[in-house]
Amino acid sequence: MGSYLRPTSMPEALAALAAGPRIVLAGGTDYYPTRVGRPPEDDLLDITAIGALSGIVESDAGWRIGAAASWTDVIEAPLPPLFDGLKAAAREVGGVQIQNTGTIAGNLCNASPAADGIPNLLALDATVHLASAGGERAVPIAGFVLGNRRTARRGDEMVTAITIPRPRNPARSVFLKLGGRRYLVISIVMVGAVAEFAEDGTIATARLAVGACSAAAVRLPALEAALAGKRPDGALVTEAHLAPLAPIDDVRAPAAYRRDAALTLLRRAVEALR
Amino acid sequence: MRSPAERIAFTLNGAAADVHTPPATRLSDLLRDTLGLTGTKIGCNAGDCGACTVLLDGRQVCACLVPAGQVAGRAVTTVEGLAEQGRLSALQQAFADQGAAQCGICTPGMLMAAADLLARNPTPDEPAVLDALGGVLCRCTGYRKIVEAVLSLGRNERLPVDAAPVAGAAVGARLPHPDAEAIVTGAHRFGADALPESAFLTLRAVRSPHPHARFGIGDLAPLHARFPGLVRVLTAADVPGQNLFGIYPTGKDQPALAPGLVRMRGEAVVALVGDAETVAAIRDEDVPITWEVLPPVTFEDARAGLGPDLHAHAPGNVLCRGRVKTGDAEAALVASPHRASVSVETGFVEHAYIEPEAGYARRVGERIEIVACTQTPYMDRDELALILGILQAQVRVIPTATGGGFGGKLDLSVQPLVAIAAWLLGQPVRCVYTRPESMASTTKRHPSRITAEAACDADGKLTAYRFHGDFNTGAYASWGPTVANRVPVHATGPYTIPNVLNTSAALHTTDTPAGAFRGFGVPQAAIAHEALMDMLAERCGLDPLAFRLANAIRPGDATPTGQVLRHAVGMADCLEALAPRWMELRAEAEAFNRAEKGASRRGAGVACMWYGIGNTSMSNPSDMTLGLARDGTLTLYCGAMDIGQGSKTIMAQIAADALGVPVAALRVTTADTDLTRDAGKTSASRQTFVSGNAAKAAGEDLRRRLLALANAGPDARLVPTPGGIVIDDGRRSVIPDLVRLAADPHGDVLVGEGRFDPPTTALDADGRGIPYAAYAFAAQVALVEVDTALGTVRPLRILAAHDVGRAVNPIQVEGQIHGGIAQGLGLALMEEFFPGRNENLHDYLIPTIGDIPPIEVTLVEDPDPLGPFGAKGIGEPALIATAPAILGAVHHATGVRLTRAPATPDRVRAALLAAGAAR
Repeated sequence: MGSYLRPTSMPEALAALAAGPRIVLAGGTDYYPTRVGRPPEDDLLDITAIGALSGIVESDAGWRIGAAASWTDVIEAPLPPLFDGLKAAAREVGGVQIQNTGTIAGNLCNASPAADGIPNLLALDATVHLASAGGERAVPIAGFVLGNRRTARRGDEMVTAITIPRPRNPARSVFLKLGGRRYLVISIVMVGAVAEFAEDGTIATARLAVGACSAAAVRLPALEAALAGKRPDGALVTEAHLAPLAPIDDVRAPAAYRRDAALTLLRRAVEALR
Repeated sequence: MRSPAERIAFTLNGAAADVHTPPATRLSDLLRDTLGLTGTKIGCNAGDCGACTVLLDGRQVCACLVPAGQVAGRAVTTVEGLAEQGRLSALQQAFADQGAAQCGICTPGMLMAAADLLARNPTPDEPAVLDALGGVLCRCTGYRKIVEAVLSLGRNERLPVDAAPVAGAAVGARLPHPDAEAIVTGAHRFGADALPESAFLTLRAVRSPHPHARFGIGDLAPLHARFPGLVRVLTAADVPGQNLFGIYPTGKDQPALAPGLVRMRGEAVVALVGDAETVAAIRDEDVPITWEVLPPVTFEDARAGLGPDLHAHAPGNVLCRGRVKTGDAEAALVASPHRASVSVETGFVEHAYIEPEAGYARRVGERIEIVACTQTPYMDRDELALILGILQAQVRVIPTATGGGFGGKLDLSVQPLVAIAAWLLGQPVRCVYTRPESMASTTKRHPSRITAEAACDADGKLTAYRFHGDFNTGAYASWGPTVANRVPVHATGPYTIPNVLNTSAALHTTDTPAGAFRGFGVPQAAIAHEALMDMLAERCGLDPLAFRLANAIRPGDATPTGQVLRHAVGMADCLEALAPRWMELRAEAEAFNRAEKGASRRGAGVACMWYGIGNTSMSNPSDMTLGLARDGTLTLYCGAMDIGQGSKTIMAQIAADALGVPVAALRVTTADTDLTRDAGKTSASRQTFVSGNAAKAAGEDLRRRLLALANAGPDARLVPTPGGIVIDDGRRSVIPDLVRLAADPHGDVLVGEGRFDPPTTALDADGRGIPYAAYAFAAQVALVEVDTALGTVRPLRILAAHDVGRAVNPIQVEGQIHGGIAQGLGLALMEEFFPGRNENLHDYLIPTIGDIPPIEVTLVEDPDPLGPFGAKGIGEPALIATAPAILGAVHHATGVRLTRAPATPDRVRAALLAAGAAR
């Protein structure tokens, strides 16, 4: 029996999840497309009426993106250059229609290998906040996405927010996406990069992640280490840095091309951090 | 089971709305099915096409992705809410005036996205327009007129329109489409918008998941017991007449429902008929079908002569072959100083009209009526009569508005299924294809494997051409013979070549059937001939455009079929029109490359095309009538199907000028097999030329009859007035007494009749003869930028010069050219369908609004003596030169020639790496 709940408070939502499995729905942009030609007959938990989940809030510690915050919320929020990459991704997700309803948290929970948000969240060193009737927990982003459409979220849990720590140094970020056309396109490869800079203009810390080149987007620790202490220079990126990637052949591109394009995008991303 | 209905109150187009619906229902379904607001269209139900775009609290959203429960307390605005007090908004008016809508299926979504933008930014620049409208796909317009329409609002300008040309001035006028107002208000009714007036049943086909298999159907009683709403499960045994259909009288090989054997994935196996919720709730796996999977027959198998014969009529899986021979190509190739060869490979291309197939059938006594989208109502009628085993006169086809076709709606889709069901059950039966169903089961452009060689003398004059193309026609014949016959005639391109041997074969496989798609194989062949022209030009040290100009077919030249073209051969004119800009763009690209330090390279390419108008060496007549009623009403009965290309306007413009009245005085009754005469199919770029001639003849005939009635001189003016028509020949003015004349069933007292069948001859065994009565010519230039590190190709500008004979309606001619270019760009760079792998609009990519560069159109008007007021066709010619121009531009930019289309980034990058041309 399909039931549709749209609670207005967290306790109601968590009680519903505790009572049995439900699909958590916000923008619906990943739910409905998987049910073309079929009636929506699943048990759904619509979280968009829960006020506590909306919006983007800044504090001394950093920023909190509510689970119901849309891509448009990200685009329109007054955010520092640290978020330029995430904003760029927001503008590249679907069309404006999708940006207006789809959520960053939903993009994360759907855990598509080609999710445009995830490389950025990896580069931003985000933390995922989960809640269930039994309590709350926080999971580092890298430990949350486990594989192709697999996450650490239990069936009785829901994501409540994604937090981004405030960097110690001035930071810049970039997002580059390669697709087969200009709009409405699933990525062939994308790169999210964040760098914090020392006073002398060298990179203090860098985090770079590549999406659509493995079952889940991954960071490239060897490259991050190679960039530390240097000024941004694309030539610092080598093929060996791509070792964590495991691209596949699919209808969008062959694996070898993905690897090749990832190298180019990484070099350009590093250049763009200048 | 669906969630129980709840009360949802919201604001809809400014008024309070209160509905009871399950809250998980898609907002698009709530609007259309519960509230009857069918202006919001459904193209994919997956957020991929944007046709269902509405505003939610003033922001654009895809209504197919919004649960009804989320609109509670919020404001929804649909296309029906744009007009105020019956007056079109400025945005709607701009779309209507500027040809920003063709078929109209995407228009409501485009309008809503634009309305959202303009409310936030009343004076947007072009990048802002592209960003805002980037989520709505259009397959007809090439987007440029949409961009211009939205930009014109910000500039507060109205672009030129000839809203009401005077008598004799309709041909050549920039006249808005008569359906434009219905389209921009959402009132235009497409296949899924038309509903039977009485209670109806819904049909859903269960389709094969295998490309090749035998199957058995088990006991259906448990299925009926489990789903009481299931009224009937139709199988092949239920087909009343012949369970085979197909375009050619000799090629009827496709079953409406498979009789125990499927030859393609997506083939209909059984049809579930019942209430809409029941047939949607039944999963395919609930139906007791047992499969015995057979090995597929691939294109490679068919080319190698491997695999079992799929049809008795096609030994070796060869459906048919085509051949055109003149002179001795072999000897001339050997004897010529410059020679080039090329191999070209192309894949399946999906029509991707934004409207999935939809319609219904109802039985009326001993007749059946089909209300569905189509490109060819009369062929549908004849085929359905065979399938039902009834007379053609017992079938009435009433087309709905058709949301794009491009050749894909020339074949039957929903029609046989709903017709069989309605015929047997006596109740109206409706079927709406889902996007994946449409993509899996309907025809595609033929994949091709082409080898071609050409040679020229030391001065660069072409001496010889040899071509062979294998075409994958898939599981069923469809229009395969048309491709096999048309390609050898066109395969040299529009050049004078004395020695030619062109051959082709259409091969059956267990792939999706390939049928008609804008150009019937000629776009694939054009990639080969234009690559060869570039290669030979280079070998002779000549500019590519100059080489083409030197070899362009001219009046008095013979084509490879031996047809001497005496008039209306505008090929050289098209090239000359582009020559100055060509030189500029070539120089601009080369200057850019000299200055560029990074990975970008620019290039310009040129390509030519020619295209025979109408069927190849086959009769394809059109009949039109123009009636005058007692009250003076003039009605053009126009069986030519307008699928967005604009024949409704074109026919009225031609008929009005032939009759000698203002076009506004004509009412048009469009295709309905009971009301209009057979004007053939909307295909082969034939409607303007063939049906246009019939419309002209009908206008002239009515004029003759009227003048005879008034005994007026031949130059008399006809002035329609309320209640009659004034005939004034300068000596006297007469209002004929129409009331005393007998009226026909339409109420007309005088009827002008017109018929035209293009004069052609059969082709002999060497393909010699007169295959077409008229040819269109074009040249296009593409300027592109290649990112050599990623292999991406970005077209920056397209120039198009088209010899259209006479532009009956320049807005529509430009619209056809823009739209054809967009599809040609898709063919060149991104579109390839893989059965079973990308049956949706997010894995199968068509160009978005951000992919189409500015287009400069030059119309060459060299009147064709046979054309109505000199006009020829434009539908297919628009597309053919684009892909070779783009691929030529990539070569100019990088030195690498791509011969595998589409030239996706990975293929371009691989070719660059192989050639050592990557950076």
